[in-house]
Amino acid sequence: MKILLKLLSFTGLALTVVPSFFVFSDTISFEMHTNLMFFGMLLWFFTAPFWMKEKEL
Amino acid sequence: MINSLLDNLDHRLKSIDEYEREPVPKEKQKGWRGFLGMYAGEHTAGTEFVIGALFVAHGVSAVDLVLGLIIGNLLAVFSWAFLCAPVAVKSRLTLYWQLRKICGQNLALIYNIVNAVMFCFLAGAMITVAATAVGLPFNIPMPGLDDWLPTSVGWIITVFLVGSVITVVAIAGYEYVARFANISFPWMFLVFIAAAIAVLPSLGVTSVSEFWPAAKERIWTGEPVAGLTQFTFWHVMFFAWFANMAMHIGMSDMSILRYAEDWKMGFSSAAGMFFGHFLAWMASGILMAAAAGVVAPGYIAYNSAGIAGALCVVIAGWTTANPTIYRAGLAFQAVTPNWKRWKVTLFTGLLTTIIACFPALVMNLLDFVALYGLVLMPMGAVVFLDVMFFKKLNLKSNFAEETGSKFNWAAGLTWFLTLTLCLAINIYGGVEIFFLGLPGWFIAVILYIGFSTFIQRKIKKDNTE
Repeated sequence: MKILLKLLSFTGLALTVVPSFFVFSDTISFEMHTNLMFFGMLLWFFTAPFWMKEKEL
Repeated sequence: MINSLLDNLDHRLKSIDEYEREPVPKEKQKGWRGFLGMYAGEHTAGTEFVIGALFVAHGVSAVDLVLGLIIGNLLAVFSWAFLCAPVAVKSRLTLYWQLRKICGQNLALIYNIVNAVMFCFLAGAMITVAATAVGLPFNIPMPGLDDWLPTSVGWIITVFLVGSVITVVAIAGYEYVARFANISFPWMFLVFIAAAIAVLPSLGVTSVSEFWPAAKERIWTGEPVAGLTQFTFWHVMFFAWFANMAMHIGMSDMSILRYAEDWKMGFSSAAGMFFGHFLAWMASGILMAAAAGVVAPGYIAYNSAGIAGALCVVIAGWTTANPTIYRAGLAFQAVTPNWKRWKVTLFTGLLTTIIACFPALVMNLLDFVALYGLVLMPMGAVVFLDVMFFKKLNLKSNFAEETGSKFNWAAGLTWFLTLTLCLAINIYGGVEIFFLGLPGWFIAVILYIGFSTFIQRKIKKDNTE
């Protein structure tokens, strides 16, 4: 379960940053990039809290 | 029922201050991992969106920016590693309790009030940053570089809305926000990077080789906005070095680094400097150039990353304003010990929100950050000398504790005269505020050794007579 959650979280981070490189190389539109970033954000915040450790300090 | 709820909140807020008054025990000390994550997260904040943009507005050239940030950030890391961390590891106390031992209760109290006011201004800037994003869907006119006063009733309402939420959360859910900030950091940092990469084509950059020429001609052009001073390599270097002067040279981060197993963990601050104060500042400069010179962080983030960008600004402002309001409340509580913690935090939040209504603070954030570090720096020099060198100089450490004094005049005069001399150098020598920290530190060192030698010898002489 934890592995699946981590996989989803990292997919969220990938959706946040990777599309910008595709905009840069003119492969996807700017609008598509902002939409993917939005989904990436949802994916990260709905999965990361379940496996990330407590703040250590 | 409400009273019992508030008492419960008060108890939870107090429980956060573990080992506030005694040295951190060995089993509670932390390793590299915790410090790297903490520093990386703490220095990717809402204000990063503004600082990088203001460098562009001040007409920094691309070469000056890159070199200035590399050298300045390295110097900041060295200040944490060679000044703050050794003191923190040796004393294992918070700055406030170390100051009480050296300076006495009354002088430490004055320091606490000054520190709390500075924290309020800092948190105010973060609320302003968050409000620029919250106001976007309501078409609230955003303040510009020339705006000092609130720009509209809508702006004031937005700021109060954001400030109220942040204050209530600081009282009711401090721990949850600290955890949320921890979770947010990796995402926030990637939003900065992604937003900057995505807007590069709008600046005429379509391949990696085109970046540097475009950076010099279209982003960091070397031309300041009318009415702003021209920034050089020296401005960038000293700003990067002293942006967190209160934390490293000023010793505020003793509160964090006292948990370190070893002084070398001061080097973990490099994570914060090179993610937050290098990449994020450069990214926000690119975003501002792509937004045709607009500085409102909410707008520039939305322009480059859509809803995720705007929310990133809100989260970045919120997660950093929250602990800042809490710390300011903690500092004010030393003045009003009979007040409950939630009441002090509420008062602090209100004060901070009022400050946040004035865009002058954010639009002059570079000057304020420099002033904040400068004001607290002399006491950092006092603590550094007292903990690390006084025994070698045959002087008594922790003078106030040893003598029962409530006000150590050597430290008090050092603080006051250092700032007075810095002000004189600024007014009569024309030296800008960004450069005063370095001569100021040496002035503080000389004054504190001189005054301590004089006062301690006098006391010794009086006692032998």
